[in-house]
Amino acid sequence: MTPVLEARNLKRDYHIPGSLFKPAKTVHAVKGVSFTVEQGKTLAIVGESGCGKSTLARMVTMIDPITEGDMLIDGRKVDIAHEPLTAEMRSKVQIVFQNPYGSLNPRKKIGDILTEPLVINTKVPAGERRDRAMAMLKKVGLEEKHYGRYPHMFSGGQRQRVAIARALMLNPRLLVLDEPVSALDLSVQAQVLNLLADLQDEFKLTYVFISHDLSVVRHIADDVMVMYFGEAVEYGSRDQVFGNPQHSYTKTLFAATPRVDVDAIRARIERRKRVA
Amino acid sequence: MSLLEVKNLTVEFQTASGPFRAVDGVSLKVDEGEVLAIVGESGSGKSVSMLAAMGLLPWTAKVTADVLTFNGRDMQAMSDSDRRKIIGKDIAMIFQEPIASLNPCFTVGYQIEEVLRIHTDLSRKARRDRAIELFQSVGIPNPEERLGHFPHQMSGGQCQRVMIATALACNPKLLIADEPTTALDVTIQKQILDLLMKLQAEHGMGLIIITHDMGVVAETADRVIVQYKGRQIEEADVLSLFSAPKSVYTKALLSALPENATGERLPTITEKLTDAEIFAGAVR
Repeated sequence: MTPVLEARNLKRDYHIPGSLFKPAKTVHAVKGVSFTVEQGKTLAIVGESGCGKSTLARMVTMIDPITEGDMLIDGRKVDIAHEPLTAEMRSKVQIVFQNPYGSLNPRKKIGDILTEPLVINTKVPAGERRDRAMAMLKKVGLEEKHYGRYPHMFSGGQRQRVAIARALMLNPRLLVLDEPVSALDLSVQAQVLNLLADLQDEFKLTYVFISHDLSVVRHIADDVMVMYFGEAVEYGSRDQVFGNPQHSYTKTLFAATPRVDVDAIRARIERRKRVA
Repeated sequence: MSLLEVKNLTVEFQTASGPFRAVDGVSLKVDEGEVLAIVGESGSGKSVSMLAAMGLLPWTAKVTADVLTFNGRDMQAMSDSDRRKIIGKDIAMIFQEPIASLNPCFTVGYQIEEVLRIHTDLSRKARRDRAIELFQSVGIPNPEERLGHFPHQMSGGQCQRVMIATALACNPKLLIADEPTTALDVTIQKQILDLLMKLQAEHGMGLIIITHDMGVVAETADRVIVQYKGRQIEEADVLSLFSAPKSVYTKALLSALPENATGERLPTITEKLTDAEIFAGAVR
């Protein structure tokens, strides 16, 4: 079976033009990354700010062109730098952003936000657009009465549900989730993660899940890729990466993650007593 | 005697739709050398209660408390100028957004020396030496050169170190850290938390950490207060809170941690709990 997403040696450079005082510069944001994601699976991309994980998300979502390398979606090669992007390809990959306060237009009603992808990319008549939006609202745990409301009338968790609903309106094959729960409270985070898992089961969705929170990644991912300065320093199944990390950066990352189990707390209190 | 003692603190804001109670009957005590964590979700009043204790809220807020003392002195009866002598000197605070809480128009050296100029009678030379010493103690390399830098020339982690150095400038007895690591990467978070704990132990100061992150609580606190919608739900030492939480809300919160998940789905008990059930389950 062809994987939903295949990347071979992806690279992305940003050129910063020079000025009177500074010479021109090229930033290598992503330096050759390869991975595959099968249908219904979740690939988590982990790394700290500036490691190129969001640049990678932009390339996969076909927002940014690829500088070098090949990207195949459903076995078809995509290169937006040289050929125009078709509506069909655009509807295959959708993205959910980190901050639901910034990613929903405050002047648009929820209904308009949800139907807009259909208006742009399909020829679905208005009545059906409305029906589909209503159905999607219920899918993500909202109600039909929310159709005519504005984003500011919703809490952070509800807004993220709207953002997820919008991404699903075109029946995508692949959903890129760029830190979808890091702006949310703990209990709301759990609800959104469960919603994502339910939707994945129902629609056989494929996720590229970008996060810096290892506990969330461990819960949701099938495969994990750790990025560091634009390179993939570790790539493998969740159990491989968490069970036996190879790269020193991955080990540092794991050591830095706070532990909430009782033994770890007890050990810390003991250490503290000894010092005192 | 406790360092900071608060009894029955209530904060109300006047809004267009009548008064809104952000903090409702919060009581707490912090001793010297103790680390207290106040944990809660957004809107739980954890930041507002500390801002109220420091007198930093705008005039629209109505603050009442039965007891509000720092080091045995009544903070409510105190004049504003007396309170300003304590704040920044004996009580210091660091905030969530390190880059936003520094003034972009002045060098970090100027900002740290400003604290010393206001609260001490050190000479210009002595202030500079103290600033260099402080930068060294929070682990900023090349302090002499760094003092002349502006906040935008430093990373988020470095800015948070500058904030900590500024807070520690006058050897405070109590440090309040409001979400000190929320905007930082995990590896930097670890460094900053380790630094805070090291400095806390060295100076023997009281430390209040306000956070929404159970991981930060587990890594730092001696004692924990859980808040929800302005009310205190549970107070316990850190080990009993994580091993045997008493209130329904704390239990629900801990079970929602992905680390504690056993099945495919995370338990979302808080979704089903009503406010009344949460408040009824409060353990004081």
